[in-house]
Amino acid sequence: MGLEGIGARVVRKEDKRFITGRGKYTDDIVLKDTTHGVFVRSPHAHAKILSIDTAAALAAPGVIAVLTGADLAGDRIGGLICGWMIHSRDGSPMKAGAHPAIAHDRVRHVGDQVALVIAETKAEARDAAELVEVEYETLPAVVDPAHAMDADAPQLHDVAPNNLIFDWVLGDEAATDAAFANAAHVVELDIINNRLSPNPMEPRSAIGYYDPSEEHYDLYTTSQNPHVARLVLSAFIGIAPEHKLRVVAPDVGGGFGAKIYIYPEETACLWASKRIGGRPVKWTSERAEAFLTDCHGRDHVTKAKLALAADGTFLALRSDTIANIGAYMSTFSSATPTYLHGTLLSGQYVIPAIFTNVKAVYTNTTPVDAYRGAGRPEATFIVERLVETAARQLGMDPAELRRKNFIRSFPYQTPVILTYDAGDFEGNLDKALAAVDYAGFAARKAEAKARGKLRGIGFSSYIEACGIAPSQAVGSLGSGVGLWESAEVRVNPVGSVEILTGSHSHGQGHETTFAQLVNERLGIGMENIQIVHGDTDKVQFGMGTYGSRSGAVGMSAIVKALDKVEAKAKKIAAHLMEASEADIVMEGGELKVAGTDKKLPFFQVALAAYTAHNLPAGMEPGLKEGAFYDPTNFTYPAGTYICEVEVDPDTGKVEIVQFVAVDDFGRIINPMIVEGQVHGGLAQGIGQALMEGVSYDPQSGQLLTGSYMDYCMPRADDVPSFKVDHVTTLCPGNPLGMKGCGEAGAIGSPPAVINAITDAIGNNNLSMPATPAKVWAAVHAA
Amino acid sequence: MATISLTVNGKAVSATVEDRTLLVQYLRETLGLTGTHVGCDTSQCGACVVHVDGKAVKACTMLAAQADGTTVLTIEGLATGDQLHPVQAAFREHHGLQCGFCTPGMIMAAVDMINRHGGPLDEATIRHELEGNICRCTGYHNIVKAIEAASAEMAGLRQAAE
Repeated sequence: MGLEGIGARVVRKEDKRFITGRGKYTDDIVLKDTTHGVFVRSPHAHAKILSIDTAAALAAPGVIAVLTGADLAGDRIGGLICGWMIHSRDGSPMKAGAHPAIAHDRVRHVGDQVALVIAETKAEARDAAELVEVEYETLPAVVDPAHAMDADAPQLHDVAPNNLIFDWVLGDEAATDAAFANAAHVVELDIINNRLSPNPMEPRSAIGYYDPSEEHYDLYTTSQNPHVARLVLSAFIGIAPEHKLRVVAPDVGGGFGAKIYIYPEETACLWASKRIGGRPVKWTSERAEAFLTDCHGRDHVTKAKLALAADGTFLALRSDTIANIGAYMSTFSSATPTYLHGTLLSGQYVIPAIFTNVKAVYTNTTPVDAYRGAGRPEATFIVERLVETAARQLGMDPAELRRKNFIRSFPYQTPVILTYDAGDFEGNLDKALAAVDYAGFAARKAEAKARGKLRGIGFSSYIEACGIAPSQAVGSLGSGVGLWESAEVRVNPVGSVEILTGSHSHGQGHETTFAQLVNERLGIGMENIQIVHGDTDKVQFGMGTYGSRSGAVGMSAIVKALDKVEAKAKKIAAHLMEASEADIVMEGGELKVAGTDKKLPFFQVALAAYTAHNLPAGMEPGLKEGAFYDPTNFTYPAGTYICEVEVDPDTGKVEIVQFVAVDDFGRIINPMIVEGQVHGGLAQGIGQALMEGVSYDPQSGQLLTGSYMDYCMPRADDVPSFKVDHVTTLCPGNPLGMKGCGEAGAIGSPPAVINAITDAIGNNNLSMPATPAKVWAAVHAA
Repeated sequence: MATISLTVNGKAVSATVEDRTLLVQYLRETLGLTGTHVGCDTSQCGACVVHVDGKAVKACTMLAAQADGTTVLTIEGLATGDQLHPVQAAFREHHGLQCGFCTPGMIMAAVDMINRHGGPLDEATIRHELEGNICRCTGYHNIVKAIEAASAEMAGLRQAAE
């Protein structure tokens, strides 16, 4: 390992601009003649739009235009789409209702956009938005997914009777039910996986610009995947063909899934720019708008059960889930509760029979889509809560019950589609047990008791499928796009290198880790490597960053392109040094003839490629190679998390006194960055377990958690320092042996926390978020 | 409308602003100092923290008109030329930032925290003092480490100077 190569703790190249205030986020960009857009939003959860009077707003100072859903429909702009087709158990396709970028005749959630006011300044646009008169006929609303299919529930979309979008199943129902019928023990749980708001700290923002002279559009937007945005805006929404649309995602301040989707606001700004004659239209979300319009996550209501033999061997698992999709189907909303969820219900265990049924329903709430972990946290919560509960019910040690049922040989075909390729689940568990000092827990519990505190310990042995993923596989499961990644390596004549990647960095540190890979391969200093991403004019195509895929898929594409560069460089070097190509080795930035002292520095070979004065016969000049990489399987990070808590029985306050995370991410490029990803994921998972929860008024459908005064974000004082360690089994499916690390923390941690609290208080009936009030009530109900 | 004159990052500036203009809007939109960020609308997140007359202030919670006659320091003015402030350097060294959006406010709050307390800060103090700054990426682990290290370094520098 070199100082800057694979495995080194290199400080980040991108940090300099961020710590000096010189990052360039979308809202920081000011184009000439920019206008400002403000959306008029529905104050009702469900209503018919009877009329919209824009006259007073249009007459207000500085106002350029007030655009409505009728204008949008008049220009034949298509609706937003859901890009993953799910079929119900009866074979029928999912029932997706129309989703116009500006509501036309009906609003379906508080915050639904009904008009776009464009003015010279943001203040003028905001003032004028107050003057838009919308006449509504309010309708009854439903927000609780458990009641969305009730006979008397209000109907959201005519195409989806009973608000049912799909009724999806996976696994062998007969075998599963038979296993339950013959089981010595059955453990059952009712689970609500609480609804969350992703809350990247940078609010969403968009600048749409139509240039009439070129008949060309630019969109600057807070996106995790600008190429997918361009594809959807072109091919489906129909604003402009792809060659007439450039999408730029500059510095993006966090995503966590919420910035994957193609939203109404950027669609409207892009379209509106042409409507007003070709001036840029800029919109930046306020935090209150973000709570109303950024896609939420989770929101599952589940009945789950686990069947065990008398000795604790797992026999079968069944779950029945209602998944809240919200008012409209967001871009990947159908994939999250199905193929990203049901497929993970085997956990780390041999479970011979598994069956799951997921009913996805519309409600009068903000759309729900993938949020960090996306379906996998919900699956992990089911499995790990069931296992912990079983250990208690059977009087077994929770660590040993897990160990007894771990999968030990690979590849392992689960009953729910996936084939796990590698792992060392016992290794993870043992390392975590040592780190937490499990043997000393009983003494710590007794000591806490003497102080009047209830101490508990909880486990979570998670596995997830990420590095999303093989195009053929996801296509067969309903994905509308392939999920490969692209890369281009441009070696300049002076030997510096630009890497163009379809991955997008919004905090992950790609500018550093991707450069470390190039340093490792070509021996070039980090200062001579530039990572280019986030601009569809520069990078030809890419699928973006989500599902922990930038390492396993994005970097693999770079490896493939580097292979081609190296092969050509070797040919040139062999020619220049009059040696056999087979004898050329590349080491430390030099091309050497093995067994001799002949060598050429890489930059001289690069220069030779461009001067083209002396190249092998027939070789094209230049040194630039591209590659597309499509994996053959997902990658399977797995780990064991152990949480130790102290509960104050008088107040219900939970203190996390220890949190140990042992993860197997395969090959790690930069341990510092990987640890940072784990820390952040853990805080989000602990946030879900203890503090966070989106809440709606059940009658009016009003969002009750619409600001940081009401939605409880984890602060520095709410989370501990973490003990993070690794076990390494290489992923056999990609050239670097990498697995994804971005989501693990958020996937594995919630059940560890809840298992720890319920262990401490001796009452297993506790839902997330486990606020002090709920914990206090559970303590005193026990 | 109000006419204001103040010093921002060592430079004298003056302008006529609407009464309702927030300090953060004036910094970002009029002066183009976009390092100060807006992450919420309820004075909770702290992405907009700057120093006004040497004290940490949420620039979304102060009118530009109120800043008349003051001296304002933003993230852009914290380093001395190419020489990073010890807190900036510590955030980089300890990986105290990921997406970078909360970072300017975090750093300005941390500088203020260290100035107020003097001496090296312990973890509990740092975590408590960070209640007005939200980060969604780092889980705070490395932010705390960075501030710990910077506070120790700055205490050492002060001692050496005395």
